[in-house]
Amino acid sequence: MDVGNVLVWAVWFVAAFACLGSGIAVVSFSNPFYSALALIGNLASLAVLYLLLSAEFVAAAQVLVYAGAVMVMFLFVVAYLGGRADAPWAGGASWQQVAALSAAGALLIEVFLAVGLEASDRLSEEPPVEAFFGGPHEIGRLFLTDHLLAFEITSIVLLVAAVGGVILGSHTRRFEPGVDR
Amino acid sequence: MIASLLFTIGALGVLVRRSPLIILLGLELMLNGANLALIAFARHQGEGDGHVFALTVMAVAASEVVVGLGLIVAMSRRRLALDVDRMTSLRG
Repeated sequence: MDVGNVLVWAVWFVAAFACLGSGIAVVSFSNPFYSALALIGNLASLAVLYLLLSAEFVAAAQVLVYAGAVMVMFLFVVAYLGGRADAPWAGGASWQQVAALSAAGALLIEVFLAVGLEASDRLSEEPPVEAFFGGPHEIGRLFLTDHLLAFEITSIVLLVAAVGGVILGSHTRRFEPGVDR
Repeated sequence: MIASLLFTIGALGVLVRRSPLIILLGLELMLNGANLALIAFARHQGEGDGHVFALTVMAVAASEVVVGLGLIVAMSRRRLALDVDRMTSLRG
C-alpha cells in the first residue's frame, strides 16, 4: 500500500466519521439552528465522499445546491421563527420513542441484509473508470439521451414546488377569509 | 463498503420525530444516505446512471424543502404550535 492509497483511506475515514458524527448532531441538538449548521457540515463531508467516488459534478452540485441554496433557506426560516429550543428526546410518549428506535433498527438491519446479500462480494473491488466518468460531459449526455423523461419531469416538479411555495407563503387571509387568526 | 456504512445516516434520520423543522432535516439526511448509496453503486458498476438519479433526487429534495418550509411558515403565521404530536386535526 503506497502513500497515495493511505492518504485516500485517511481522507475517507475522516469524511465518513464527520458525516456520521454530524448526522448524530443534527438529530440530537435541541436548537434547530445548530441542527441546520450540523447538516451543512454533513453535506460538506458527503461532498468529500462523492469526490472520493469520482463523482465530481455531483459533489459540486451538492455544495452549490444543498449547502448553498437549500441551507440558506433553512437558516432563514429558522431565524424567522426564532430559535425556539425544545428538549431533544422529551416529546411524545415513551412507547413512541421505543417504536421509533425499533423501526430505525429494523430499517438498518434490512438495508444491511439487502446490500450484503446482494453485493457483498462485488463491493471490494473497484473497476477502472475513464477520466471523464462523473464529469459534466458524461452526466449531460446521459441526461439528454437515456434519462430525458426524468429530466423533463424534474423540471415540472420544480415548477409545481415553486408555485406551491408561493401560494403557501402568501397571505392566507386572502384565500380563506375569517379563518386566519 | 462505504455505502453500507453510510446507510446508517438514513436510519438515523428516521429516528427523528419531534419539531417539524428537525423532521425536515432528518428527511434531508435520509435522502442524502440514499444519494450516497446511488453514487457508490454507480462507481462500483462503472456507469454514470447513478449520478443522474442522484441529481434527480437532489432536485426533488429541494422542492420538498420548499413545500415543507412553506407549510411550517404558514403554521407559525396562524399561531399553531410547532409540534407534530399536537397537530391532530384537519380542516379544509
